[in-house]
Amino acid sequence: MKAPKTHNILSPEYECMSRDAIRQLQGERLRKVVKREYDNVPIYRERMDAKGIKPEDIKGVEDLRYLPFTNKTDLRDEFPFGLLAAPKSEIVRIQGSSGTTGKPIVSGYTQNDVDVWTEMVARALVAAGGTKEDIVQVCYGYGLFTGGLGAHQGATKIGAMTVPMSSGNTQRQIMMMKELGSTMLCCTPSYATYLGETIRDMGIDPKKELKLKSGCFGAEPWSEEMRGKIEELLDIDACDIYGLTEIAGPGVAFECLEKKGMHINEDHVIPEIIDPVTEEQLPYGTAGELVFTTITKEGMPMLRYRTHDICVINAEPCACGRTTVRMGRITGRTDDMMVIRGVNVFPSQIESVIVSVKGVAPFYMIIVDRVNYTDTLEIQVELDGENFSDTVSDLEKIRNEIAEKIKSVVGISAKITLVNAKSLPRSEGKAKRVIDNRKI
Amino acid sequence: MTVRQISVFIENKPGNMVKITDALGNAGVDIRAMSLADTQDFGILRLIVDDTDRAKKALKDAGCITSITDVIVAELPDVPGAMTKTVRLLAEHGINIEYIYAFISQEKNKKAYIVFRIKDTENASKVLTDEGIVLAGEGVI
Ligand SMILES: [Zn+2]
Repeated sequence: MKAPKTHNILSPEYECMSRDAIRQLQGERLRKVVKREYDNVPIYRERMDAKGIKPEDIKGVEDLRYLPFTNKTDLRDEFPFGLLAAPKSEIVRIQGSSGTTGKPIVSGYTQNDVDVWTEMVARALVAAGGTKEDIVQVCYGYGLFTGGLGAHQGATKIGAMTVPMSSGNTQRQIMMMKELGSTMLCCTPSYATYLGETIRDMGIDPKKELKLKSGCFGAEPWSEEMRGKIEELLDIDACDIYGLTEIAGPGVAFECLEKKGMHINEDHVIPEIIDPVTEEQLPYGTAGELVFTTITKEGMPMLRYRTHDICVINAEPCACGRTTVRMGRITGRTDDMMVIRGVNVFPSQIESVIVSVKGVAPFYMIIVDRVNYTDTLEIQVELDGENFSDTVSDLEKIRNEIAEKIKSVVGISAKITLVNAKSLPRSEGKAKRVIDNRKI
Repeated sequence: MTVRQISVFIENKPGNMVKITDALGNAGVDIRAMSLADTQDFGILRLIVDDTDRAKKALKDAGCITSITDVIVAELPDVPGAMTKTVRLLAEHGINIEYIYAFISQEKNKKAYIVFRIKDTENASKVLTDEGIVLAGEGVI
């Protein structure tokens, strides 16, 4: 089943404003948040003082570039409450991320912050076709991680029947999906693929036995080809949703059913694209690092937070009627970028190749090593268990096709190893897809 | 007449072959014929067994990727020249052999069997039987 494309804008008064009106609203809100940071957060005051900037110097969006950046390390250094811009007694929620190294990071939300975040996710669900008639199955993890609670709050806000499954226990997920007749799904794209594969393995026909129509999939980068796979496996519309705890959580940006980039909630955040090296602003339409400034957050607002995500922002109007700018898919990270034989390589490039090749499943592992002072790149790819050809030449053909495409997309040659179906690790959260054994 | 052959993908890692033979042994499947096509990194094990369905299930449960292919099994007298005649016949009719392997049955008076993988099995079966070559059916071998 697919979602109908009508009546899917929750707050047209903000989502469909004229560009001038958005810019003006952003300017007003920016002035307030800069003052709030300067008055309440020591590191922002110090950094602005060091640059010789006073809050009153920031008059509108065009002055954003004078403000200091915020990095993930700042959240770690100021952990847990050093960046609070509201009294602790006003904080009603803490969310955070486990952090891959050392200390976790956390963010504090006032009631208004929770409401704003909820509104953003609600907009995303509505854009994916959600209404109060829907049954939304949430299989993001619940806890400090913003996925579960974020989707839960958004689904509740639109009046949908919310099913807080949390992550894991795939058999039970499928049983509930079938019995309740869930119509929407919120989880990571890799888990959606895994659910779809399992459903097909169990011989369930989604067209006949399930009622799913769409889903909001996020928390990890994915590709257009993976969208195709999910849509085919589950017979749904698959929409991308983007967010990060430092800014709010999922819902900062979301795709409408046009599926041509994620609308950024510009009444709550101002996006910028910068050159990650020179830190200069880049014009929309150019790939660079995405930077967000929160303009309505009270608990822990962020000035120019560097996401390390690389994407392009598109300011063209969208066919859906929204006027907010759209961010393209995350094509890489400035920090998980691998440099192999001097070439910048993003796992997402490799994924886009693998999902475009017939005969293999969209599961892979990238293994980087260094032999005799030369970097080696091996990509293990799972064969598709259903369409396995028993001739060596067919398998060699698949391998060569992947190798050639990798060479043309990434620019370096890789050793392709075909492995058994379902032999690579599956993950219910963010999948670990790179093993770098180099000792540099 | 064709016989179902079961093919298994094998990663070139220690213990992978044992996993397969173990799975079949534990399921009580008897292997009649076997051939391995291998490259540096992977192999394809092709088997003819006494119970193809049971073998497929046992292998799937063991986490293996399998596929079933119809092959032609020619039953030949175990004498010099018997194989040449068969292969020549196919060549004369322009029939391409994708792969081939042979085995000898202990049970049936030391008959030799040749397994042919051919795209158009129907046509090849006709060519061979027209010339008096006996094809074995599933369960006979
Ligand atoms: Zn749109």
